[in-house]
This record gives sequence, structure tokens and C-alpha cells, in this order.
Amino acid sequence: MVGEIVIENVSKSFTNPDGSEVKALNDVNLKIKAGSFISLIGPSGCGKTTLLRAISGLNLQDSGVILLDGEEIKKPGHDRGFAFQQANLYPWLSIEKNISFGLKARGIYKEKKQDVKEYIEMVGLTGFENSYPHQLSGGMNQRASLARALVGHPKVLLLDEPLGALDAFTRMNMQDEILRIWKEQKITIIMVTHDVDEAVYLSDQVVIMTPRPAKIEKVIDIELGRPRARGNNDFLKYRTQILEILNYAGDNIEPEYYL
Amino acid sequence: MIVKQIKKVSVIISLLLAIAVAVFIPNSASQPEADKPYFLYFLYIAGGIIVLIYLVSFLNKKISEKFENTAPLLAGGVLLLNIINLICSKYSLLAVLFFPSLDRVFAVFVKDRSLIVQCILASAKLLIIGFFVGATLGFTTGIVVGFNKKLSYWINPFIKIIGPIPATSWSPLVLSLFSTSYQAAVFMIALAVWFPITVMTSNGIQNVQQTYFEVADTLGAGKMYKIFKVGIPAALPSVFLGFFYATTGSFITLVTAEMFGCKSGIGWYLNWQKSMMLYANVYAGLIILAVLCNLIITLLFKIKDRLLGWQKGVIKW
Repeated sequence: MVGEIVIENVSKSFTNPDGSEVKALNDVNLKIKAGSFISLIGPSGCGKTTLLRAISGLNLQDSGVILLDGEEIKKPGHDRGFAFQQANLYPWLSIEKNISFGLKARGIYKEKKQDVKEYIEMVGLTGFENSYPHQLSGGMNQRASLARALVGHPKVLLLDEPLGALDAFTRMNMQDEILRIWKEQKITIIMVTHDVDEAVYLSDQVVIMTPRPAKIEKVIDIELGRPRARGNNDFLKYRTQILEILNYAGDNIEPEYYL
Repeated sequence: MIVKQIKKVSVIISLLLAIAVAVFIPNSASQPEADKPYFLYFLYIAGGIIVLIYLVSFLNKKISEKFENTAPLLAGGVLLLNIINLICSKYSLLAVLFFPSLDRVFAVFVKDRSLIVQCILASAKLLIIGFFVGATLGFTTGIVVGFNKKLSYWINPFIKIIGPIPATSWSPLVLSLFSTSYQAAVFMIALAVWFPITVMTSNGIQNVQQTYFEVADTLGAGKMYKIFKVGIPAALPSVFLGFFYATTGSFITLVTAEMFGCKSGIGWYLNWQKSMMLYANVYAGLIILAVLCNLIITLLFKIKDRLLGWQKGVIKW
């Protein structure tokens, strides 16, 4: 299995326009097993996106190291697929051309043409190869962006709230699709999310982060079988546990009556 | 249904009205007579074409819709010509020297036609050379400035200083710098084209969403690949705007540029006729200039629709 990520003593700070410094990551340590599904969850400002971007190499940390299969990450690369919150497809390219963009950039399109077809089929966009992004719905675009990130066979897929912009039902369908892709591809997936249900539904481990200073508060192993039922008692227990750690459980609400 | 028919027929009525005015109201004595009623001929020809389109519109739905849409506008245009005809030829309400009759303006197209065609070709050649040079340099400068911060630092001041100066005001300097006045004319047009294309290209590139480049980074694209496959395509809508401004700018410059030493061209024709106080010819030249400019911009937008179909309506023509 490939796709193991080790994060050691990673810190990063940003300078505000007024000159003050904000710690976006404060000495973060985390080990992510190859082939696992990890969610990073927490309120805005907890550094989850910063951490994800550091893993992708788009914005490097100030100190500490991040290793992918033992090798230090120093810049972005096709071994780490990235899907953004917005699909960010190139509007001037057709769906097929968007998905094959990375293969063409690396000069391996000719050999991998069949892959493009397969991935288009996998995300259910067969028949839309020649459509342009503006002709498709948000969900379809997001699926195309997943295919684009996956077609180059990355070891790790990084998801930055990729479902955040979708409506609730499309979102649940997409969650199932991501799970299916994860099972088929056997890759490591690290997903940033705001949605506790989503994190519990999808992940092997939920990494809870808290702001000020931005650090990892707790890592929770979700020991549930798959497929998971969203209304199941154990599911709700995990959900409550996470909300409690994030202080959103609403524990100071008085019950209205007593038995 | 009735409204549709009224719209369509409006242009025919307007044409009939204009023909009636041209035929039945006698020309003013103070307006020099053209040798033939060319405006009337024009109305006959236009009328023939319109009636033909009207008849065809009963058979073809697409033509019908288009005709219905443009007919009121055409009717208005004919009405305007009709009013001009009344003011100038029929009652000479304005100075006859500066406001010749439409018959005389239209006569120019017929009598001077070989000279005018020659002028159009000469102007087209000058425009194409100037535009090609200016656009190539402008696009290149724009890309360099857009992608390279250091070069942008040094080149930008030049763009800011040279750009806003009308290209034609360089004429004294340019005429002494170039060995032939034709080169000088090419230079001025190229300059007029260079500025908007440079600015709009570099602007377009600098305004490309950062995420587009980040996506390319995570997919393993190299620097050159990012420039040519992400930066430039993403900037094309803005580049296109630059071409649009450049086209209008090049026409403005053309007239002045052809004043110097050119022996043919629409601008030259205009200047020559103006100096001889032949205003009928000047108006004819202006009409040709306007029609040409429109044709080129229409062509430009056709190219844009092809190239930028993914991008809906930057500006409409």
C-alpha cells in the first residue's frame, strides 16, 4: 500500500494586513495510514485547509516536515490529487479535455487515453465528454473535478470541502460516490469538511482541530462497518462526541420536562 | 400576428414614402443637380431587396423572425434618409456647400467607384500590416508583462507613458525617424493597436483566478504549460476586448496616418476631397469608413463566438 502521510511538528503562521501574526498551524503531528479515509474537521480558522494545502505543496509550512511514503513534500505534484471547494474546471475546455489536462501536461495522454474514458464512466459523465462546464450542473462539474484529480492515479486524494457548494441531496449522493471511488482505487483520502455527519459517514478517522492556537484537539477512530446508516445509534454517538469536543453539542440547554 | 406584419411592412411603407418624396417633390433650385437621381435608384434597389426578403419570410421562419426584428430599425433608417433628403435636396434648409444632396453623395459611389475600390484596398493593406505588427508586439508585450513581475516593473512605466498619447500625435517625430512616409503610417497604426492589446492582455493574465494555476500545479503541469494552456486561454476574453479597442483605434489613426505622403487609401481620399471642398465625396468616404469598420468588427465577433463560445457575452456588437 502506498500513500502513507506523516506530519511532524508542522507550524505555519500568516501575517495579517495590520502586521500582526496569526498561527495557522501550531506544532501539528499526525500519522495517516496508507489507504485510510481521514476527515479534518473544525470551525473556521482552525487550520484544516492550511494543513491540507501544506500536504498538497501549494503553500508550504514554515517549519516541520510532511512525508509522503517517507519522502519530504516540497512542491505540488500529481501524486497528490486535489479537489477544491469549487469545481474549478477550465471553462474553455470540454469535460473530456478538463479531465485529461494533467495527463497531457505530463505528456502521457496517448498511453492513458483509455483511463480518461474509464474515469468519465466512473463519475457517471459518459455522454457529456464534449459538453462545457457551464452547460452542466454544479454536482456534475464537481464529479468531473474528482475525475480530473483521480485520472493521474495519485497516491493521495486531498479534498478541500469539495461538497460544500452542493445541495443536501446531491451532497449525500456524492458522498456515496466518493466512498465507492475510495474503495475501488484503494488510495488515501484526506478531506476537509465542516459537516460532522459527513465526517462520521465517510471516515476511518476524524481529526478534530481547534483554532487559537490552531492545533489537533483529538483524533477519533470511527469503528463502524460500511455502509453506514446515518440515523443509527452508534453513528449518533460519534456525532455527539465530536460536537461536544467542538463545543457545539448544546449541553447547557435545559430539558423542558423531567420524567 | 398583426403586430408582426405591421413590423415587417413598416420598412416597405417607409421606403414607399421616401420614393414618393424623391419623385414628387421637386428639388430645390439652389442645390446643384446630380446628373442622375442616384438616391432614388438606391431606394429602388433597396425596395426590391426588401420586398424579396418580405416574400421569402412567409416561407422561412428563421428569416421571418430576423426580418421582423430588424425591419423597424431599417424603417427608421430610411425615414432618417428621407428627412435628410427633404432638408438638403428638396428645401435646401442648410448651407448647400456643406450639405450636398443625397443624389450627389450616392453619385460618388457610382462615378468614383474604381478609385474608391483602389482606396479601400490600399487602406486595407496599410491596416493589415499595421494591425499585424501592432497586435503581435502587443500580445507579446502583454504576455511578458502579465507573467513576469520583474519585466512588468520595468516595462509598465513605458506602457503608461506612451499608451495614452494618441498615436497620431507622434507624426512629427515619426516622419523624421522613418525613411518613407508609408513606414511612418504603418508605425502609427501599429502603435494605436499595440497599446490596447498590451494592456488588455497583461490585465487579463494578471486577473486569472489563482486557483486555475493551482489546479494545474496539482496536476503536474510545468511552467510553460501553465502559461500557454492556462494563463493565455483564461485571458482570452480580455485579449479580445483589447482587439476590439484596437480595431476602432486603428480606424481613427488610419485617417490621420494617410494624410502623410500616402497616395491612396480612404483616409487620403477623405483629406483630398475635404481640401477641395467636395463634401459629397467626403460623406461618401465617411460612409465607406463606417461600413468597413463595422464589417471588421462583425468579423471579429464572429471569430470570438467561435473561439470563446464558452464565455457568454463580454460586449455585444
